[in-house]
Amino acid sequence: MPRLTLKGLGKAYGKLKVVDDVDLTLEEGEFVSLLGPSGCGKTTTLRMIAGFVEPTSGSITLNGQVLSAPGAVLPPEKRGMSMIFQSYAIWPNMTVAENVGFGLTLKKLPKEEVRAKVKRILEVVQMAHLADRYPAELSGGQQQRVALARAIVVQPAVLLLDEPLSNLDANLREEMRFEIRRLHDEFRFTTVYVTHDQAEAMATADRIAVMQGGRIEQVDAPHVIYTRPRTRFVAGFIGRTNLIEGRFANGEVGLDGFALRSDQIPGSMPASSQPILLSLRPQGMALHRGRPATGRDGVPLLAATVAQRTYLGESWDYIVHPEASGLKLRVTAPPLQVHEVGESVWLEIDPQQIAVVN
Amino acid sequence: MTETVTLPKPAIEARPPGVLTRLRYLEPSNLLWLLLVLILLFLVAVPIGKLLVVSFEQQGTGAFTLSNYATAYGRVRYLEALGNSLILGTSSALLAAVFAVPMAWAVSRTDMPGKGLTWAAVMGAFIMPPYLGAVGWILLAGPNSGFINQAWRWVTGAEGALVNVYSFPGLALVIALHSFPLIFIFVKSALDLISSEMEDAANILGAGTMTATRRVTLPLVWPAILGGTIVVFLETIALFGTPAIIGIPARINVVTTQLWQFFEYPVRVEVAAAYAMPLLLITVGIILAQKLLLARKGYVSQTGKGGERRIIRLGVWRWPVFAYCAIVGSMAVVMPVAVLLQSSFAKAWGRGLLAPGNFTFDNYTYLLFRHEMALSSIWNTLWYSATAATAAVLIAVLVAYIVTRKLVPFGSALGFLAMAPFVIPGIVMAIGFYAAYAAPPLALYGTALIIILAFTARFLPIAFANASAAVRSVHPEMEEASRILGGGRLMTVARITAPLIRRSLLGGWLIVFIVASRELSSAVFLVGPRTRTMAVLLYDLSEAGNFEVLSAFGGLLLAITLILVGIGMKLAGRDFMLRRN
Repeated sequence: MPRLTLKGLGKAYGKLKVVDDVDLTLEEGEFVSLLGPSGCGKTTTLRMIAGFVEPTSGSITLNGQVLSAPGAVLPPEKRGMSMIFQSYAIWPNMTVAENVGFGLTLKKLPKEEVRAKVKRILEVVQMAHLADRYPAELSGGQQQRVALARAIVVQPAVLLLDEPLSNLDANLREEMRFEIRRLHDEFRFTTVYVTHDQAEAMATADRIAVMQGGRIEQVDAPHVIYTRPRTRFVAGFIGRTNLIEGRFANGEVGLDGFALRSDQIPGSMPASSQPILLSLRPQGMALHRGRPATGRDGVPLLAATVAQRTYLGESWDYIVHPEASGLKLRVTAPPLQVHEVGESVWLEIDPQQIAVVN
Repeated sequence: MTETVTLPKPAIEARPPGVLTRLRYLEPSNLLWLLLVLILLFLVAVPIGKLLVVSFEQQGTGAFTLSNYATAYGRVRYLEALGNSLILGTSSALLAAVFAVPMAWAVSRTDMPGKGLTWAAVMGAFIMPPYLGAVGWILLAGPNSGFINQAWRWVTGAEGALVNVYSFPGLALVIALHSFPLIFIFVKSALDLISSEMEDAANILGAGTMTATRRVTLPLVWPAILGGTIVVFLETIALFGTPAIIGIPARINVVTTQLWQFFEYPVRVEVAAAYAMPLLLITVGIILAQKLLLARKGYVSQTGKGGERRIIRLGVWRWPVFAYCAIVGSMAVVMPVAVLLQSSFAKAWGRGLLAPGNFTFDNYTYLLFRHEMALSSIWNTLWYSATAATAAVLIAVLVAYIVTRKLVPFGSALGFLAMAPFVIPGIVMAIGFYAAYAAPPLALYGTALIIILAFTARFLPIAFANASAAVRSVHPEMEEASRILGGGRLMTVARITAPLIRRSLLGGWLIVFIVASRELSSAVFLVGPRTRTMAVLLYDLSEAGNFEVLSAFGGLLLAITLILVGIGMKLAGRDFMLRRN
């Protein structure tokens, strides 16, 4: 049974539609990340789920009961959810233990039970030794752990996270990503995670909902989002890609200077001949110094020149220029494969890694 | 898993909910908003509206008339008072700037010795009730037995007086000596924000220290100097105590003292209202003009960044600069307080304490044990001020919360009303309160309530600015974190917000309490025979002319002020009164 359902959800301020007709369904225990650039409406969507913002259209349903509809919003405190905020919002006037126990005392649990639960959850987030400290004495990462503990100790119906890692430095951010995923694997709360960082979304989520201009562009598992982007925006926003305009006609996709057989490209082709857009990941191509023996049938092999290169440590980033074509393609190569600018190379394209986008 | 999520009735999607549903989801903040609007209308809008109305009403009948304006502006003497106020305001403000700007520069940017002392003197001048300085200066520079003139005659053998406080320059000087701290605070905080790199940039191009100061530093703090000077001008034209204590005996009539005369029996509140209009219009006009000027981009060129600051080495000039600060400091605080204290222990103040048999505690024992009103005025002052401060902070924090958290549409209207008294001179506000509430149906004249209400309204902007800053400092997510965990709005405010802002609210409460406890301009129009405050009683005593008792009462007032400020510093930090809002 779907646990949390957003149906036609929208929020408009005057004529400005911040969130526009969003449909999203979360299964019990599922972890969905709302990913998009700033201003795409992801935080507003999250705040509508929490009950801080009233929708102007559509509804939010939890276990079949309507939580939010225009003019009728169940206040946040009655939703049984919990949330982790961008600023952590750790109360500076309470100790770590008091912060974490706050939600439990609101539920009027016996003191002993509160103490036991707080102790257990602080052990889970490795903060038990700092239970009596005040937040001002904690580092950013420790405050983040307190915020996590405070949110999960109440066993929320839905756990909401609003860019929780954006204030941490790069190393800590990576560590906390895995921590969040680990906690989810342990407790399996239904979770909505808002972020603008695709690596964060990839590392944590079961499914990613990519948002742009108030709308959801695509909802899929991370690897599907990456390998099978459905729209131009998703292809460009998630990872780097080469967007190439082509034309579909007679079982072939004609590109600038060469053509691909359409039956080798996964996904459905349009019924009639018309212009289409292809997304070609830099990893979906390979460079060769000499012409390789063409083993595979119909795999395009193009003579090209290296136009530009950047060394990124983990890989080389080449921009190559196929002969008899106006295209400039970005290709990723392993660190030890060094080509000079101006060198002639052979470019091998893997059609399996091409996606047709709208 | 908790399954506590229930709705009374599952609302149908995308259907406009009925009135009942809306009522069920109505937040208590809407009701509170309405209540606050009513309170603010009562405290601010009605008195000022009533002031405007009665200025066009005939006494007794209430019929429309322009005769009040004809009376108010129909005599040369009244018009002269208007002119005097403007000249007095201008000269006091300029004189105060002359005192304050070099001091602020010396404390902020140079290696002058005795910075701590200078700071203490400015603080002293700031917390000392202005009318005490006036009494002190009468003892210092009275034409006959003022100490300065006594010394002058003793040294030179001359007959006449060297200085006379009962004169226009004397009045302007005394006002400037208690108002210069305002400019000092403005200019010093502006100077503190200017990075030395600004001056370095001028130095590297060939400008010496003096040239850099004159051409770079001063122009950058010019808005602060101008702003502070304007505030002193506005304070001066609205000031009652000093012009009444020094000006009336000197036969110098200004707007405020003239307003006071309209309140002598028979009270002509209609004429007073008409006569108060220029004061109101000038204040509103100047503050609006200043806002517009400062809103213009580019005028405020300082960045918030402090940057690195280097101290200017004054060399041999260290001592002359310090001497300047010392002279201003002793004229503003040390000398008046010293003569005031010595007179308070004297049988005859002009003879000096060392004269045989002149020392006595009698002035104090008289006030504390035999005077019919001294003790009750102290008690009145304390509880009026405490009640007003509590009410002001309470209203202010509610308004600030609603405005900052945008809980209701048009919430900013509340903020506007709460800040409005900022542009209304206290004396004008008092006349408005008198006009609106002294007579039946409310008939509050002579009650404690009318004074408390007027104090609350008058100092609401201070409390509001303070409370806004406090509420803004609490991130909304602090509250949302509590709400999503199951805390209702009121519960969240009580458990999360209140503890976080308690300290700064306490600071605001103390400031209101202290300024209310020495308030004279508005109190003098509203007190009845049984509701005198210390400030008003001190003014009564000054009219009676017994300077020894007057000094002793001044000593009491000073002691109480010092205790209060001491408590404030302990609880809210050393500079809690000097913070710029």
